[in-house]
Amino acid sequence: MSRPSGLKSTLKKLPGFLFAVIAFLAPAASFAVPAKSRYDHYWLPDANSTYAPKIDGMFNTILWITMTVFVLVELGILYFLFKYRHKPGRKATYTHGNNKLEIAWTIVPAVILVFLAIFSNSLWSEIRDPAKFPKDAPVIRIKPRQFQWDITYPGPDGKFDTPDDINTINQLYLAYNSPIQIKLQAQDVIHSFFVPEFRIKQDAVPGMQTAVWIQPTKMGDFNIACAELCGAQHYRMMGYVHIVTPDSLASWLKSQAPEAPAPAAPAVDTTKAK
Amino acid sequence: MATIVLPAEVKKVSHNGHAGHGHHELSFVRKYLFSTDHKTIGKQFLFFSMFFLLVGGTLALVVRLQLGFPDHQSGFFQFFAKFFSLIFGKTNFDFNKDTGMYGMLDNFYNSAFTMHATFMIFFAVMPFLMGTFANFLIPLKIGAGDMAFPKLNMASFWVAVLAGLIMLTAFFVKGGAASGGWTGYPTLSAVPDFSGVIWGQNLWLISLLCSGISSLLGAINYITTVVNMRCPGMSWFRLPLSIWAIFITAILLLLAVPVLASALILLLFDRTIGTSFFIPTGLLSAGTVISGPGTAHAGGGQVLLWQHLFWFFGHPEVYIMILPAMGIASDVLSNFSRKPIFGYKAMVLAIAGIAVLGFFVWGHHMFQSGMNPLLGTTFMISTMLIAVPSAIKTFNWMGTIWGGNIRFTTSMLFAIGFVTMFVIGGLSGIFMASTPVDIFIHDTYFIVGHIHYVLFGGSIFSIFAGLYFWYPKMFGRMMNEKLGKIHFWTAFLSFNGVFFPMHILGIGGMMRRIYDYTQYPHLVRFQGMNAFMTICAFILGFSTLVFLFNFFWSMKKGKIADINPWQSNTLEWTVAYPIPHGNFPEMPHVFRGPYEYSAPDCPAGTDYYPQNMPPPGWGEAKA
Ligand code: HEM
Ligand SMILES: [Cu+2]
Ligand SMILES: [Cu+2]
Repeated sequence: MSRPSGLKSTLKKLPGFLFAVIAFLAPAASFAVPAKSRYDHYWLPDANSTYAPKIDGMFNTILWITMTVFVLVELGILYFLFKYRHKPGRKATYTHGNNKLEIAWTIVPAVILVFLAIFSNSLWSEIRDPAKFPKDAPVIRIKPRQFQWDITYPGPDGKFDTPDDINTINQLYLAYNSPIQIKLQAQDVIHSFFVPEFRIKQDAVPGMQTAVWIQPTKMGDFNIACAELCGAQHYRMMGYVHIVTPDSLASWLKSQAPEAPAPAAPAVDTTKAK
Repeated sequence: MATIVLPAEVKKVSHNGHAGHGHHELSFVRKYLFSTDHKTIGKQFLFFSMFFLLVGGTLALVVRLQLGFPDHQSGFFQFFAKFFSLIFGKTNFDFNKDTGMYGMLDNFYNSAFTMHATFMIFFAVMPFLMGTFANFLIPLKIGAGDMAFPKLNMASFWVAVLAGLIMLTAFFVKGGAASGGWTGYPTLSAVPDFSGVIWGQNLWLISLLCSGISSLLGAINYITTVVNMRCPGMSWFRLPLSIWAIFITAILLLLAVPVLASALILLLFDRTIGTSFFIPTGLLSAGTVISGPGTAHAGGGQVLLWQHLFWFFGHPEVYIMILPAMGIASDVLSNFSRKPIFGYKAMVLAIAGIAVLGFFVWGHHMFQSGMNPLLGTTFMISTMLIAVPSAIKTFNWMGTIWGGNIRFTTSMLFAIGFVTMFVIGGLSGIFMASTPVDIFIHDTYFIVGHIHYVLFGGSIFSIFAGLYFWYPKMFGRMMNEKLGKIHFWTAFLSFNGVFFPMHILGIGGMMRRIYDYTQYPHLVRFQGMNAFMTICAFILGFSTLVFLFNFFWSMKKGKIADINPWQSNTLEWTVAYPIPHGNFPEMPHVFRGPYEYSAPDCPAGTDYYPQNMPPPGWGEAKA
């Protein structure tokens, strides 16, 4: 797994680093299990979708703002506590407040927060608005249940619930760099489809359909996590996502195709959206 | 600092005018058990909350034990698992007779965090704030003899006891206690097949229903008392902020609790009499359809309906748990800074603003629930806005200590701890308010970090501040300051040791409510950090024992408290311990606001000006 290097990436990591230092994280991290994989750092998992870096960008923006406020406020409090500590002969300043200050510290946070809301919202609608889902992206259906992910590809005819559907359990194969839509519906209790690297999380609800879209930007194997408590073995409800080339996806699908009536199936074209 | 002595004529009046309240002796039962005296009920709630704080805390350590050492191999795990198995039974700890090793059952783990949150929220923090402090402080601070409805008040406590007993029973029924999270989302909570929990969940619902009734009885009482029974001169804007906060919180309770109650009843019906408010058609269990025509459940229900009802209550609920804490912290900060509270009216407006906005933000708990994404936009904007009054309050607390003459008592340390920790919880809220960022951090440990910074670093620290502050008025003695400081510093440091890393876990993608995160390759790296947090959690638990020791030891051995040990302005400090039934020998008269510290016209040689102290010349004008 290649890791970005250079000044720009150092800057990108800086907030995380400062954050960690504030956390007195050093002692904690020092006896953490040394990781042998791509999970060799204590920050956001490596981004792997078209919108993941944008979410990270939003995250970092908020981190910079909140960290600035945090440092100023906490240092201010510490300074006041030190400066105005009780000493014989000190007399406290008698004041009931200051309206100008009140107005200032009402308006400034309000403006910052409204701007954050506006910026957040455009990204939110890019990811979530059904009208903005990538057109013609192939659809996969996932129907989780206690405690597994039932995954269905529509097969050559592009329709679900037909004999050529391809069903797998816990193994989701996606084509590198192609948008895909996933329709979710739980069979028993609420589950939540979560792939940390994609930065996507969506509850799968019984009795109702929800949907997400993803366009993976890196090859490799990742995990589907269940993020909603769904029963005793919720913790074991892990699935796998394999990001492969469109060609290997096609051949994998072919290998999975149901035996039964196969009227000279045309090559599976899951990449037709491109 | 000189202590204020009331002018002779005022004193005389108070000695002569022992109005009405006879000296008849009450029986033990009437005096300590079924008392209608708000002070006794306040103390009953105090012991009630402390007991459940211990229960909830023990469960928290069970949860942390599992998270710190999910492989069950270490000596630390074995030692404490053995200890906890004495309380919760060996089966829950999966005791293996052959190897002598302890483990932990996954379902028990789920019950542990579910019941931890339930006890802490409904049986510790709420009764501390809206039982203990509301009861003890309202009449004393507004100059009333008791609550408006003393019998209702007593009922409120005993219904709460009933609720607590029912909740405790849940551990001992077949199938174990509720294990669906404190949020009790259906269909996991609605259909016993899915969780294996049968009566545990029913008892959970019934208990919360009782606890809700208790809250409503209290709320009606507090509202009526504050509106009608303020003593002469105690205008609205002379009320201490603690009373403002409790008053507004009572209104929140009155509006929010019935919604929870209705949801609880609907879910109970779904579980017991075959309705399907939250059960959609076509659910599968072990391969068979179990809802819809011809099956056990009628079907046709809506899963998300519960979430809307629950969070319509649930968000105001989190403010129910912080507003009184903010009020207490305001009183304490002003007192020990020897300064008026900065921006009193802005503070009142901020409390009211939070209360109103608090009813329009519930959807921020549901951004990833499948709710229409357009609603996500609405709720994001309202959620961002609700951070504004929180910011206003923080800046005003800073303004309050600015230019002060700060005394670092234990109570003050906890109040400062409250402000500094609440800042972190408020700021982390902004990450979650941003819908796209919430996609990633929702249902991760980031949320758990947020919760605990506002509820432990916030509410609980403020509760400690209040207990150290009002202890002298409750028990007539001072708590030990040395032990208090040990308590504060161990609690403050270990608190951050447990909860700050939770943000890092969340950012690293660790889900909440997960029994064994090491299943996931991306979470294995967090084992060491989790172990560190668990050790801190045990230190935090130990610090609470220091507090409890101090609390009970001081009752017998503490220094006898002066009538007004903190040189405070408010009315509760004008009556000596033990405060008689009826509180004030003579109806007090209030002349000024509660925060007149270091005012230029304070009586000579002092830096405070009690609310009931007549201004110079007042007596003469009357005479
Ligand atoms: C600055 C103001 C605050 C903002 C912007 C804020 C925002 C949020 C958001 C957006 C969530 C949902 C996160 C998710 O589940 O994805 C949340 C959860 C929560 N907040 Fe806050 N919050 C604030 C203050 C508070 C306060 C003062 C309290 C309580 C004293 C509180 C207690 C909680 C709790 C208990 C939850 C989690 C509930 C659960 O899922 O179990 N928050 N907050
Ligand atoms: Cu799950
Ligand atoms: Cu909320």
